[in-house]
Amino acid sequence: MTVGRTPAVVQNSGQVLPAGHDPANLGDILERVLDRGIVIAGDIRVSLLDIELLTLKLRLVIASVDTARQIGIDWWEHDPWLSSRARPPVEPGPHDPEEVEAARRPRVAGRSERAAREEWDEYDG
Amino acid sequence: MSTTADRTSAAALDTGVWLHGVVAEADPATLAGITGIAGTPVRTVAAAGLVAVVSDAPLTEYGEEALRRNLEDLAWLERAARSHHAVVDALSRAGAVVPARLATVYRDDDRAARALVERRDELTATLARLTGREEWGVKGYVVPGATPRVEEPAGGGGAGAAYLRRRRAQLSAREEGQRIAADAAAAVHTALAGCAVAARRHAPQDRRLSGAPTAMVLNGAYLIDRDGLDAFSALIGALADRHPEIRLELTGPWPPYSFVAEPEPHPVRGAA
Repeated sequence: MTVGRTPAVVQNSGQVLPAGHDPANLGDILERVLDRGIVIAGDIRVSLLDIELLTLKLRLVIASVDTARQIGIDWWEHDPWLSSRARPPVEPGPHDPEEVEAARRPRVAGRSERAAREEWDEYDG
Repeated sequence: MSTTADRTSAAALDTGVWLHGVVAEADPATLAGITGIAGTPVRTVAAAGLVAVVSDAPLTEYGEEALRRNLEDLAWLERAARSHHAVVDALSRAGAVVPARLATVYRDDDRAARALVERRDELTATLARLTGREEWGVKGYVVPGATPRVEEPAGGGGAGAAYLRRRRAQLSAREEGQRIAADAAAAVHTALAGCAVAARRHAPQDRRLSGAPTAMVLNGAYLIDRDGLDAFSALIGALADRHPEIRLELTGPWPPYSFVAEPEPHPVRGAA
C-alpha cells in the first residue's frame, strides 16, 4: 500500500495496446463511448434504453472478460441477454473469499443490478 | 418512413453511415492515418460550417437488428468501442471534437448532413467551448491498510460467538474505511474541480469493470486547458500526499466525452 507522490498516468490510446491489453483501459473506453459522448438522433434506432441496459449489465459483468473468467465470473455466457455465442466453460482459478462473494452476486442479476443502481445514485452528483 | 434520400446504387442501400464525431474542420492527413468502424476508410460530410467524420458501416452488421444483437456480444462490442474510440481519439489530438455516442448510424450522407444542420448552434458552441482543452480522468481507490483498525472486542462464548464478533468488527472497520475514503474522494474532487474548466463526477466503476483490487470511490472527469495541465498534475500529486487513504490514478488525455453537453440547456454565463 504505497502511495506514490505522483499518480500513475495511464495512456488511453487503446489502439496501440498489444493483445494482452490493460483491462481497466477497456472499461474506461466502454464507459465513455456508451455512457457519454453527444447523443444525436441517428436513423438506426438503438434506443437509449437499450444502451442503458447494456451499460448496466456491463458495469456488473466486466469490461475485462479475461479477468472475470479468471475469478470465475462467466454468467453472461449463459445469459441469453448477453451471450450470442457459446464459449467453453472456464477452469475456476484460486478464489479469495471476497472474490467468491463478488462472484456469487451476479448470479442473481436483478438483485445485483438494483444494488448497483443504488450505489451509483449514492455516488452520482 | 421518409423517402427523401436518393438511392441509386444497390451497394448504398446496404451501407449505413457511422458517425464518429463532429469537428470544425478535418485535416485530410489526420483522416488518412485512421480506420473507421468496419475497417472502412474514414471520410467527411460537411454541412452548416461543420464536418461530420464518418465511416461506412455495412447494415448487415450495423443495421438496426444486427446492432441490437451485436451490442450484446462483448467481443463485438469491444472491437466496435475500440474502433470508434480510436477515430475520436485521433481527431481530438488534431483539434476540438464532439464525440458521438457509440452506434449513431445514418442511412446516408444526406441524413448525416441534416443532423449537422439541425444541431448547428449547439455543436458550434460546444466545439468553441472544447477548443484547446482536453479531458483527464482521475480515479480514486480505497487503500485498505490506511483505514483505522478496530480492536477485536473481548467477550465470552465459544468459537462461534468469537467468530461473529470478529466478523462484525471487520465489517464495521470496512464501513468506516469506506466512509473515510468517500470523504477523501469528495475533498479531492472539489479541489480538482477548482483547477478545471469543468468537472463531472461519474459513478464509480464496479470492481469487475475497473479491474482494481479495491473499491473505487472517485471516478472524476476534468476538462483542463492544455496549458494548465502542469498545475493540474501537480495538484494531484499534492492531493495524493494529503490523502493517503485513497490511491489516485490519472488517465488521459481523453477526448472530451464527458463534456459534450452543457449542464443547463440554456447557458446563462459566457454567452455574448
